[in-house]
Amino acid sequence: MNGLVFLIPVALLLGLGGLAAFFWSLRTGQFDDLDGAAARILIEDEDAD
Amino acid sequence: MNAPLPAQGLLAATPLAETSFSVPGMRCAGCISKLETGLPRTEGIVSARVNLTAKRVAIAHLPALTPPEMQAAIAGLGFEAQPLGQALASDAADDSRELLRAMAVAGFAAMNVMLLSVSVWSGATGATRELFHWLSAMIALPAVAYAGRPFFKSAWAALRSGHTNMDVPISIGVTLACALSLYETVTGGAHAYFDSAVMLLFFLLTGRWLDSVMRDRARDGVSALLRNTAPGALVSDAEGRTYWCAAAALQPGMVMHVATGERLAADGVVLDGASQFDRSLLTGESVPVPVALGALVHAGTLNLTAPVRVQVTAAGADTAIADIARLMEQAGQSKSRYVRIADRAARLYAPAVHTLALLSLVGWMIAGAGWHGSLLIAISVLIITCPCALGLAVPVAQIVAAGALMRAGVLVKDGSALERLADADAAVFDKTGTLTLGRPEPLNLDVLTPAQKSVALALAQSSRHPLSEALRRSLIASGITPATLTDITETPGTGVSARCGDANVALGRPETIAAGLACALTIGDAPPVMLDFADAMRPAAAAAVAQLAALGLPGSILSGDSVTGVAPVAAELGLPAQAAMLPQDKLEAIAALTANGAKVLMVGDGLNDGPALAAGYVSMAPASASDAGQNAADAVFLGDSLLPVATAVRVARATQRIVRQNFALAIGYNVIAVPLAIAGLVTPLIAALAMSGSSLLVIGNALRLRNAANAK
Repeated sequence: MNGLVFLIPVALLLGLGGLAAFFWSLRTGQFDDLDGAAARILIEDEDAD
Repeated sequence: MNAPLPAQGLLAATPLAETSFSVPGMRCAGCISKLETGLPRTEGIVSARVNLTAKRVAIAHLPALTPPEMQAAIAGLGFEAQPLGQALASDAADDSRELLRAMAVAGFAAMNVMLLSVSVWSGATGATRELFHWLSAMIALPAVAYAGRPFFKSAWAALRSGHTNMDVPISIGVTLACALSLYETVTGGAHAYFDSAVMLLFFLLTGRWLDSVMRDRARDGVSALLRNTAPGALVSDAEGRTYWCAAAALQPGMVMHVATGERLAADGVVLDGASQFDRSLLTGESVPVPVALGALVHAGTLNLTAPVRVQVTAAGADTAIADIARLMEQAGQSKSRYVRIADRAARLYAPAVHTLALLSLVGWMIAGAGWHGSLLIAISVLIITCPCALGLAVPVAQIVAAGALMRAGVLVKDGSALERLADADAAVFDKTGTLTLGRPEPLNLDVLTPAQKSVALALAQSSRHPLSEALRRSLIASGITPATLTDITETPGTGVSARCGDANVALGRPETIAAGLACALTIGDAPPVMLDFADAMRPAAAAAVAQLAALGLPGSILSGDSVTGVAPVAAELGLPAQAAMLPQDKLEAIAALTANGAKVLMVGDGLNDGPALAAGYVSMAPASASDAGQNAADAVFLGDSLLPVATAVRVARATQRIVRQNFALAIGYNVIAVPLAIAGLVTPLIAALAMSGSSLLVIGNALRLRNAANAK
C-alpha cells in the first residue's frame, strides 16, 4: 500500500503532462494542417538550408 | 524567423503584409512545393506557406504588391486562386478548438477518476476508499467546472428565455451528481459518482465537437469554392491614366475599362464599343445580349466579345445585385425557425426525466427512506437518464453521413441541412447552370477533320474568350494535340489569326450573325467552317430527376430564361416549367408551394436564384454557382453531374433512419435502467457501465452510414 504514495502522484503527473503537451501542440498550430503535414514528408529538400 | 534570407535580406526592414488566397486546385506534395518554392521567385513576395487541409496559401509580401498581381503569380504556376477576405481567413475554427480543449480536459479527468473508481469498486474500504474519493473530487471538480461551461452557458441561456433544451437536464444532472458525491466524500459515504459526471461530459463534448467540426469543414470547403464575382475594375481618371480599383471603392461617374471575358463590378452605361453581354448570373438567360452605346449594363454580367468602356451609375449597395442580396436576407429568416430533431426530442425528454426524479424522491420519502436515502435515489435517476446516448445519437450519425457525402462530392453545411433534406417532398430546379452546365459547349465538332481540329485547338489556346475556352476544353478532352502556329495575333472583337505552314488560319466571329453562339474557323482559302455552341445539359440530369421523382420529390422548373429557351429542356426532362421569372417571382412561387404544405428542395445556382434558395425548405447549389448562390444553399455539389442531388437526398434519409434507431436504442436503455434507478439498485459501477455501453452502441450504429453514398 505504501507504493500508492508514489504511484498515484506519478500517474497524475504523467496524465497532466500529456494534457499540457496536447494544449501546447494545439496552440502552436500543429493540428492546423493535418493533410499538409502528411504530404510534406514527400517533398525533397532541393538545397539544405 | 532567423533563417537567412539572402535575396530578401535588404528588404527585411520593410514591414511585410500578408494575404491569404484560396487555391482549390492543390492536392499533393508536388503542389505544396511548387507553390512554396515558386512564389518567392516573384518580385515582392518574400515567402509563401501552404495549408493543404484548408486549401489555402498565405503569402508574406511587400505592401506595394496588389492581390491581382499575386493572383497572376499563382496562375503562372498553374493554379487558380481567389483572394480571401480577412474575416474568412481567420475566424473559422475557434469554436471547435474551444470544444476540443474542454474535451481533452474531460478525457484526462475521466481516465484518472475511472482508474481510482475501479479500485473502489474492486473492494477498497476504509481510509483507502476515502483517500480515493478525495483524489477523485480534486480531479473531477475543476474538470467539470472547466469542461462543463459550454453546457452550463447554453442551459442558462435557455432557462432565462423561458424554454428548455438538451443542456438543461445535462447541467442539472452533472451539478447534482458532483454535489452529492462531494457530500458523500465529506461524510465518508460508500458511493461517489465523480466518474459518471466526467465521463458524461466527455461523451457529450465528443458529440458537440463532431457537430462543430462538420460545420467548419463544410464551411472551409465552400469558402474555397467561393468565386468573387466582381473583385474590382480597371478605371481611368480625367487625364487618361488607368489604375486598379476595388469594387468597394468604385464611385458613380468613374469610367471602367471592361476587357473581354471580364465581369462588371458595378452598374453603368456603355460609353463606347459594342459587345455581347452574358447576363445569366442576373437573369438566368443563356443567350448573350448585344449591347451598344448608351446601353444600361449591370454588375455581375460578363463581357463576351469586345472590350468596352462603361461609366459607373451605381456601385456597391445601390446595384441590382445588392437589391437581390437584401431580398435573400429576408427570405432566409424562415429557415432559422427550423428546430433541430435533438431539440425537439429534448422538449419531451427533459420534463419527463425531471418529473420522474421528483416522483421517486417523493415516493421514497412517503415510503420512509429518509431525506438522505431519497435524495440519493432521485439523483441516481437523474444521472442514469442523463441524455448521454441522446447527445451522441444525432451528431455521430450526421458527421459519418456528411463524410460519406463529401467523398461522393456533396458538401453539406450543417446537420440541420441533412435533417431538412430528408424531409423534402418536392424539387424545384433552375435551368441555366443547374439543369444545364451554364457554359457554352461546342455542338458540331464532328464536321472537323483531325487536322482542322488540331489547328482549331492551337488557335483556341491563345485566346481567353469563353468560346475559345469551351473549344479548347472539349478538344483536349478528346485527345487532340495542337498544331504548331507562328505569328499569332488576337484582335479583340474579331478573333485570333496565325500562320500554319504556308496557310493563313483564323478563328473568329462569323461574317453573318447567326441566331445562337457560333464561331468560324478559316484555313487557307477554303470557305470557313461554322462551329455552333450551346449551353449543354448536365450529364445524368434526366437520371437525377427520375431518381428524385422515385424518392417522392416530383420536380418542376422555375427559370428566368425565355419560353423558347426553357421549352426544349422541359420537354427533354418531362418537367412542368415556368419561364421568364424575375427573382421576386421565383420567391413567390416557392412561397406559394410552401403555403400549400410542400417542403421544397430548391436547386439553383445564379444570383437570381438566391432569394429562392434562401426561401426553400432546403436548397442545393452546384460548385459552379455564384458565391451568393453558394452562400444561400444548404449544400453544394461538385462536378458536372446532377446525380449528387439525388444521392444527397438518399443519404439524408438513411441518416434520419439511423438517428431514429439511435433514439430508440437510447430510450430502450432508459426503459431498462430507469426502473433499476427508481428501485434504488443503481450503484456508480452500474451507472458507468450503462452509460458507456449505450454510447458505444449508438456510435457503432452510426458507423453503418460510412458507405451510405455508394449504395444504389
